[in-house]
Amino acid sequence: MIYVNAFLFAGFVCLLGQIILDNTKLTPGHVTTIFVVVGAFLDTFSIYDKFVQWAGGGALVPITSFGHLLIHGALEKAGDFGFMGLAMGMFDLTSTGIISAIVISFFLCLFFKPKD
Amino acid sequence: MEKNRYKDLVKKHTPKENRLYNGMIAFLVGGVMGVIGQLLVQFYAHYLDIPTKEAGTFMIITLIFIGCLLTAFGFFDKWVNFAKCGLIVPITGFAHSMMSAALEYRKEGFVTGIGANMLKLAGTVIIFGVVSAYVFGLLRLLLFGGAL
Repeated sequence: MIYVNAFLFAGFVCLLGQIILDNTKLTPGHVTTIFVVVGAFLDTFSIYDKFVQWAGGGALVPITSFGHLLIHGALEKAGDFGFMGLAMGMFDLTSTGIISAIVISFFLCLFFKPKD
Repeated sequence: MEKNRYKDLVKKHTPKENRLYNGMIAFLVGGVMGVIGQLLVQFYAHYLDIPTKEAGTFMIITLIFIGCLLTAFGFFDKWVNFAKCGLIVPITGFAHSMMSAALEYRKEGFVTGIGANMLKLAGTVIIFGVVSAYVFGLLRLLLFGGAL
């Protein structure tokens, strides 16, 4: 059942992005930025956690989960250290994504040449 | 008068994008990406015997690696042109934007090329994510005390 939920949630987020892309003059960069901000906003009220419980990996795949993980780590540390914890924990959960993307693309671009 | 005629002409000759078709493709491809994510999470949680939360992190690394590799081979650009938001909105789009920037600016050198431009496209996601998360986090801390 969770696979159906994952399919529906991830598909719905992508459909929303496509609708925004087709009906406005925004670029794909704008769309992903909007989704990150929306993900952070939804997690402010712990709504995104419910999506993650409902759809599992399907809610972690769209870029909205990036904003959700940013604020999640920040608030976790903020619970212990208060105001300063926001800056301490911001990258706790997202560092894997950013760092693996940077390292992998750095080393791969040494071996590959751009096509066309 | 001339301006209106010009507008009409432009409208007539702009290739028509089928929005319904684009939306369907984005929905299907995005949904399949979500199912792949859930499959990977279950695979890691079951075979490596790790908690589901860490399995989610493993899944994100795997998808980023696949996205980077396929971009380097040159397949991914064609797939993005076909599926559009179906592949841009998932985390593979983040990997794709970083990898394609790195490949494109590599010829300008390591520091001025790769170092300065790798985050050109992906940087907006990080910067707006951090700024919005900080502002929302601060609001939550002030209004609700920050408890999750």
